[in-house]
Amino acid sequence: MARALINVPKIARKGELVEIRVLINHIMESGQRRDSMGAVIPRDIIHSLVCTYNDEEVMRADFFPAISANPYLAFSTIARDSGTISFTWTDDHGTVQTEHATITVA
Amino acid sequence: MTALLARRHLLLIAGAFVAVAAPARATPAIVAAEIAKLLDGKVAKRGRVKLEVPVLVENGNAVAMTVSVPEKTTAKLTAFHIFAEGNPLPNVASFHFGPRAGAAKIATRIRLTTSQTVIAVALFDDGSAWTDSVDLLVTLAACLDDA
Repeated sequence: MARALINVPKIARKGELVEIRVLINHIMESGQRRDSMGAVIPRDIIHSLVCTYNDEEVMRADFFPAISANPYLAFSTIARDSGTISFTWTDDHGTVQTEHATITVA
Repeated sequence: MTALLARRHLLLIAGAFVAVAAPARATPAIVAAEIAKLLDGKVAKRGRVKLEVPVLVENGNAVAMTVSVPEKTTAKLTAFHIFAEGNPLPNVASFHFGPRAGAAKIATRIRLTTSQTVIAVALFDDGSAWTDSVDLLVTLAACLDDA
């Protein structure tokens, strides 16, 4: 789908609050704009982002057209065990993109 | 006389078309209805949740927004719901927190079409709901016109 930037620390102490920042390239066409001929440009947004940590849900976001282009999101989790933090974006075309980040908990 | 009436009628019809053509917009009433639907009979109290958006927005296309619960609570946060009273659509975003959620804080960037009130509603697992709102001024609106 697009290029995604994921910022998760590679190493964390057990019990540490870990900041997660993600950004994905997407036009987030609101469906409110019109082209030069006056026709409505159809809505095309990422409407869902799900983040899991070793298959357990961290956060699930529902986006509406009021989210800016190239949606950015910052949130956090608590480092409990080493493993994978996964991010899945879904857009209006049904395109699904999943990215992973690995974290080592010392 | 009939000609005059006919012209009045024409004006009325023209007026009706203008009203139809105007872009549909969320209103405080629509947002209140959305929140009522979300709360399902509960009442959201002001406090606990903190919504941070600039009061003076220069560019409505990307407005930094932070929603958080600054103080420790015994109840666990389950969701944040964000609404905008002056955007074409009342909903902005919803964030649901799972078992691995960290701090009760989220930051993102939103679009605002006009000067308006932005509202955050936080839901907790004890059934309580808390709200915060910010009145802000937008100088450059998020575009609704041609690409």
